[in-house]
Amino acid sequence: MSETLQTTPLHDRHLALGAKMMPFAGFDMPVQYAGILDEHRAVREAAGLFDVSHMGEVAVQGPGALAFLQRLVTNDVSKVADGQAQYTVMCHESGGAVDDLLVYRFAEDDWMLVINASNIEKDLAHIRSLHAASGADCTVTDRSDETALLALQGPKAFEILQRVSDAVPADLPFYRFVRPAAGAFLGCEDVIVSHTGYTGEAGVEIYCSPGDAPRVWDALLEAGADLGLVPAGLGARDTLRLESGFCLYGHELTDETTPLEAGLGWVTKLETKDGEPIAFVGADAIRQQKAAGVPRKLVGFVVDGRGIAREGYPIVNTEGEEIGTVTSGSQSPALGSGIGLGFVPNDAAYTAPGTRLAVRVRSREVPVVVTKPPFHKQKAS
Amino acid sequence: MNIPSDCRYTKDHEWVRLDDGLAVIGITDYAQGELGDIVFVEVDVDEGDEIGAEDPFGTVEAVKTVSELFAPLAGTMEAINEALEDAPETVNSDPYGEGWMIKIRPADEGDLDGLMSAEEYAHMIGADS
Repeated sequence: MSETLQTTPLHDRHLALGAKMMPFAGFDMPVQYAGILDEHRAVREAAGLFDVSHMGEVAVQGPGALAFLQRLVTNDVSKVADGQAQYTVMCHESGGAVDDLLVYRFAEDDWMLVINASNIEKDLAHIRSLHAASGADCTVTDRSDETALLALQGPKAFEILQRVSDAVPADLPFYRFVRPAAGAFLGCEDVIVSHTGYTGEAGVEIYCSPGDAPRVWDALLEAGADLGLVPAGLGARDTLRLESGFCLYGHELTDETTPLEAGLGWVTKLETKDGEPIAFVGADAIRQQKAAGVPRKLVGFVVDGRGIAREGYPIVNTEGEEIGTVTSGSQSPALGSGIGLGFVPNDAAYTAPGTRLAVRVRSREVPVVVTKPPFHKQKAS
Repeated sequence: MNIPSDCRYTKDHEWVRLDDGLAVIGITDYAQGELGDIVFVEVDVDEGDEIGAEDPFGTVEAVKTVSELFAPLAGTMEAINEALEDAPETVNSDPYGEGWMIKIRPADEGDLDGLMSAEEYAHMIGADS
């Protein structure tokens, strides 16, 4: 059975720009336009525009929405104000991660979840099953097909944004968003602009209708061209997030990985700030893991010398014993060295920054140094 | 797509050009384009070593992926392009020129005839339509 790839509303733009296309999560997506390294540098130094319309969006609405979300996700959603977004995880009862996601609060009874494209079906099944079991007084609606998503990222992002519209404040704080009135932002009927992203740079993510997306894309590219804005593909998106040390579901985070293991304890709130326990799905297992000691830990590393330690390669100690596995690895354009993330036993002998380990790259062992991300803010050793 | 007619080609996307009795070897324009930004070229065979046809002689690492390199023909390793150590991106910018990787003294120059012509290679990668 062959499956037809889905396309985003910007597919013809990518083809016209000569992008190299690749199937990703069931979508025909641009990997690169001019080249991953050029696009990566543009985002670090000026700005890049990404089409990430493949991401999923789910509306959760109704009087019971807040209580339902507090049960669904690991972070404390009661702390989220109107106009604010929050990074969080949803877990199985086992504590393993179903997905990592952003929650957006429009009002106490009106929320949006943004989920990974590769997990849309799994997430919806998980959310709907919890919804049915809990009897929560809210609705769950998949809005993925009706929502395009563009990410404008880089130090020039807000300057470019100001050129096309005054509907988004230049000083919009991190993890805050605005929903400009109809027509106020590049003629969009309904649009959300949030100061969020996946690159480690300032920038915004723009949620709009598929019909509005090409106009927004064209207007931004034109407005930012002289500032160095370029279209950027999924290749640069991956090297940028890896340099920043961000988890990517399916790599650092999986159904078998708890958020504690993946270094996401900071979005895993077992109690509210008043000390009330939060009973999110998976909380019991995570509480037990925390009490017993987290068995493994995600660490960052920089390759000392030549070579790239890629996903799946074994991590070995100085005695050559296999102690872990690389979850993501690539070349850091900023350092000019290989960088990566991987799991090792939760023991300071392996996790302390500066610890020397090695990665088995095909036939040889490549030395690596445990390093706390973001990697691009480190001095090359 | 640049496919010079003075080279022979392999199914693994290496090119060979005979230059003064030496087989100069690199990867094709198509291969560098598919790999994307190249960040390391590693040759595992030393100068003076014997190498057999289709033997691996090294790897090319791009940002996204790694690919093995295979000798298009048997012979003796005569030279390795040391300039690629500091400037691997030359393989992207000039794959048939400054981006060459190794030179082999062929055991039998006639082996080149067994490799694909530019026309055959163009057909294989679908660049002839």
